[in-house]
Amino acid sequence: MSISAIQPVPFGRRLKRFMADRPLIPLIILLVILVVILQVLRPGIVNERWIANTIKFAIPLAILAGCQTMTMLTGGIDLSVGTVATMSAFIMATQVVNQDPAVAFLLAMMPAVLIGLVNGIGVGVFRVHPLIMTLGTSLIGTGCLQVYQRTVIASGAKIPDFLAWLGTGVTYGFPNALLLFVPLAALIVFTLSRTGFGRLLYAVGDSERATRLSGVQYWQVITALYVISSVLAGVTGLLYIGLIKAPSLSLAEPLVLPSVAAAVIGGTSIFGGRGGYTGTIIGALILTVLTTLLTILQMPEGARRILFGLIVLFVTAAYLRIVEER
Amino acid sequence: MTANPLLDATGVAKNYGAVAALRNASLSVLPGEVHALMGANGAGKSTLVKILTGAIRADAGRILIRGEARDVRSPAAARRAGLLPVYQEPSLIPDLDVLSNLRLTGTPVEPFRAWVRELGIPDLDIRDTARDIPLAVLRVLDLARALAVEPDVLLLDEMTAALPANLAEKVLEVVRRQGDSGRAVIFISHRFVEISALCDRATVLRDGETVGVVDIVPGVEEKIVELMLGARIVKTHVAARGASRNAATGRPRLGVRNLRVGTKLNDVSFDLADGEVAGVVALEGQGQDELFSALAGSIRPSGGTIEVDGQPVKFSHPIDAIRAGLAYVPGDRAEALAMQRSVRENIALPFSAALRNWGPINMRQERARVVSAIERLQIDTRAQGEVQRLSGGNQQKVTIARWIAADARTILCFDPTRGIDVGTKQEIYKLLRELAGHGKSVLFYTSELEEVQRVCDRVIVIFGGRVVDIFPVEETDEPALMRAAYGLPRGAKADVGILADPTANISDSTTPVAAP
Amino acid sequence: MSRLLRRQGWVAGLFALLVILFIITKLIQPGYGSGDFGSLARAVLPYAFAVAAQTVVVIAGGIDLSVAAMMALTSVTAASMMNGASEEYALFVVPFVLAMGFVLGAVNGILIIVTRVPDIVVTLAMLFVLQGAALLVLDAPGGAVAEWLKGLISGTVPIPGLPDAIDAWLPKALLVLIICLCIIWIPLRRSKLGLSIYAIGSSELAAFRSGVPVARTRIIAYALSGLFAAFGGLALTMSTGIGAPIPGPYLLASVAAVVLGGVALGGGKGGLLGPIVAVFVLRLVRTDLTLLAIDPNVTAIIEGAIMVAVVMFGAFITMRGRQ
Repeated sequence: MSISAIQPVPFGRRLKRFMADRPLIPLIILLVILVVILQVLRPGIVNERWIANTIKFAIPLAILAGCQTMTMLTGGIDLSVGTVATMSAFIMATQVVNQDPAVAFLLAMMPAVLIGLVNGIGVGVFRVHPLIMTLGTSLIGTGCLQVYQRTVIASGAKIPDFLAWLGTGVTYGFPNALLLFVPLAALIVFTLSRTGFGRLLYAVGDSERATRLSGVQYWQVITALYVISSVLAGVTGLLYIGLIKAPSLSLAEPLVLPSVAAAVIGGTSIFGGRGGYTGTIIGALILTVLTTLLTILQMPEGARRILFGLIVLFVTAAYLRIVEER
Repeated sequence: MTANPLLDATGVAKNYGAVAALRNASLSVLPGEVHALMGANGAGKSTLVKILTGAIRADAGRILIRGEARDVRSPAAARRAGLLPVYQEPSLIPDLDVLSNLRLTGTPVEPFRAWVRELGIPDLDIRDTARDIPLAVLRVLDLARALAVEPDVLLLDEMTAALPANLAEKVLEVVRRQGDSGRAVIFISHRFVEISALCDRATVLRDGETVGVVDIVPGVEEKIVELMLGARIVKTHVAARGASRNAATGRPRLGVRNLRVGTKLNDVSFDLADGEVAGVVALEGQGQDELFSALAGSIRPSGGTIEVDGQPVKFSHPIDAIRAGLAYVPGDRAEALAMQRSVRENIALPFSAALRNWGPINMRQERARVVSAIERLQIDTRAQGEVQRLSGGNQQKVTIARWIAADARTILCFDPTRGIDVGTKQEIYKLLRELAGHGKSVLFYTSELEEVQRVCDRVIVIFGGRVVDIFPVEETDEPALMRAAYGLPRGAKADVGILADPTANISDSTTPVAAP
Repeated sequence: MSRLLRRQGWVAGLFALLVILFIITKLIQPGYGSGDFGSLARAVLPYAFAVAAQTVVVIAGGIDLSVAAMMALTSVTAASMMNGASEEYALFVVPFVLAMGFVLGAVNGILIIVTRVPDIVVTLAMLFVLQGAALLVLDAPGGAVAEWLKGLISGTVPIPGLPDAIDAWLPKALLVLIICLCIIWIPLRRSKLGLSIYAIGSSELAAFRSGVPVARTRIIAYALSGLFAAFGGLALTMSTGIGAPIPGPYLLASVAAVVLGGVALGGGKGGLLGPIVAVFVLRLVRTDLTLLAIDPNVTAIIEGAIMVAVVMFGAFITMRGRQ
């Protein structure tokens, strides 16, 4: 109960409080350790090209993890990001064949906005659990995509040069994707810390009753949030197709699970109210490096999923303990 | 009284964090007696009951049942030890039928049926789902279920609350006979009438300690009130207040007319003027929670009107109440605060609520407003990074500071001083008076009667969901308030009071409830 | 009688809906016969078990997101164990897989109790873990199944004395479903354990005060859910003849059927019959859409939309109930 800093505090508790206050430092240490292990296992692997490559693959994951961060801050989750990203990527690649890129872009973002809106209304107005709701819309979205695929099967697909440049290009050793990511990340960080909307995300996730008593209308915040999350996922899809260069119906699905794990590792509480985007970015980097490591160790995909699941469970349980200590 | 006690608890203590709910409680119940357990709000009655019935574990103390030390670890263990509670909220599983509920607890059906008939419910269908049974009947069924296993000690928590008069009478009759048959009953009640008619002795708790065990004889009521209040009874002076008394002028800031909410709040009317602090005096669960929630826009009233500045208003969300200038400070601070967020964010929360304020925040302007509110309330900001690290008193100040920063015209304070230290309490009293001095109005419910005299201009007494009395605070002292809260007529003295006449009609003082 | 109607009114309505759907089916496809009904029953089988698994935990006031992943894992385990093994070996595989489901379900429950992390997060993490485990067992669809197991759900039950015309409408799959569910559900429903499961879902506080061991009951509820999911996994393997490591759409379907079947998402209410009938309704809608020659992908969309709408409706009802 005491708030004074003079009393001696047991080391364990101090460590926990430190972890709770400055989650970034242990995360960065973990990242460095992983890189060192990698270098020891495969001497010489860590070079300029590897770093650029890692960043390139971490960026789409980091943006999707941004969707999870924001929804998790309110105590939610968005499992439809994979489907949304895939849809916008697929529509972009197929529409750009005989449409103006700008029109193709608008068409590509349409399902994102729509799915976000349905998610938001389902969660905010009808109070469906976000997990169930976003899972449901993602199933519907996948169905729609399959139907759509039939209609465009003849026209073929191509990757716009601009997206390829953005997704895979490297300038002076820096991946071009940073051009998109740095402003985007700055915007997310700014939104979360310096805008009324960001404040509300934290507050709603911390205590919905408290925000209600302060006059906040839950459904407004939630609807806006899920639309934003979906639009971000759509943008990620465009970036990702530029990186992978092969449109498929399950393009971004493998990113969903890691995006949840990245946000959780980055210190965002799955119960809401606590966390931030910078931690998530490092979480995405850690997962990308970890994936490389597991590939080098020839760990099968199954083991990776088990590991991610255990990470989510373990970090959440540990987080509960840290909060209870106080 | 040479018989060995059936139940003997001594030195029972329980802490919740730094707060001591029970310090040193003892309770000794003899065979064949009906024993009243009394105490003001927060004296530790419910904690003691929870410990005796195995719902929580005590930190210290000894519990003997029939002279044997028993460790009551769970409700099931308490049952085995012969200790059965009937709680205020019926513990029948709502979605199971009565028969299944009996099977779940291993209660024999035939004795249960017999008791149900005895208790005045002739036509019970035990295949009915508990959820479909009216509350009053459900409570009686809960009692019958407990009686059917013939417990040594029966623990009744406000057994007659929410019961219509005919059922209440039957219940009291059965309880009385239970005592005659050599078993024991622990009877928790706020109703002096029942206690005098029913009980042999009473144990009085205050601040988590047993402060006295008295025999129930005519006239003991004053003694019990004294024990419940303790030394505070001498401090009955009214603090001098420099309040401007313009209450009578102009139309009221807030008008409540015949307000009803569900079954808890039946008929409440009063006015609140600018520059006034009105105190609501009520025992726990008399409908004050519903009154405040309705005024705050959290729940919708089922009848009556609320007027703000003479205009009738309808609140469907707290934002409507806030726009009308009514700000609600709930008793449970966890309800009002985002605990993991900073002091600043918590105070500034209402500013971001509206859609048009979702954009970038003017940090400098916000800082100025927050800092001035913090200074005005003298909030200890050493741990302002997270509200949950603040002390309870400072947390409460943050919830009030929020509405001072937002410049709300009327503040609805629901037990704002619950569980906070004396110094902070004083500051909050001062603050509320100051607010009134600036022309704001305050509706103030407190579980500590002493505060009413310190802070309020007027007293609104609610009992059984109705306003039973409204009077200026000068006309009263603490024992009078206590009597009023217990539904006893103002000015009644013990020797001429109801206790002198044990045959007084019970139905007069039972909570009126729609008959099932 | 009126009480029976009131209590079972929802289920009766579902039955009526089912009958109407059958009539519609017959109108669309006059040739719809016993063989088609048999394939419907076979298609329903894994869904029905998934729904049973979800129903138990929802009644206990929880939710199990790992149902589909559990089915995938038990399915691939069974398929890979039986691959190249003798017919008799399957006699060992079946109880082994069922026990595995039961234990893994109990692990779900124990993790919820021990870590105190909410059920939805624990079962989400378990979803990942079980999915991964399924991929470790078989990284691509494969394996095999004993012939007698396949035979168990194909064809009809010949009952001596019954005319073939009626006999043909009694597919073995339906019988297997009914027997498996009844063997577990009816004794459970009548036991004190069953009452306790309803009790903790209906009101945890009242259950605790009535002396119900809340933690133990919750663990058993999840264990039973795992057991049903294992039945579902076996059914998958039996009907497809192989095991697939990627979970099917059983999670959302199970939640939707639970809601449609009249089991409140808050817990404590409903039974098993309603959700099972609801599964038939949902499957039959799909059949009808297929019979109407609608693109199967569009069918998937419509189906998904129905499920989402049902879940939204259920959440709305729950919210109303709380106010």
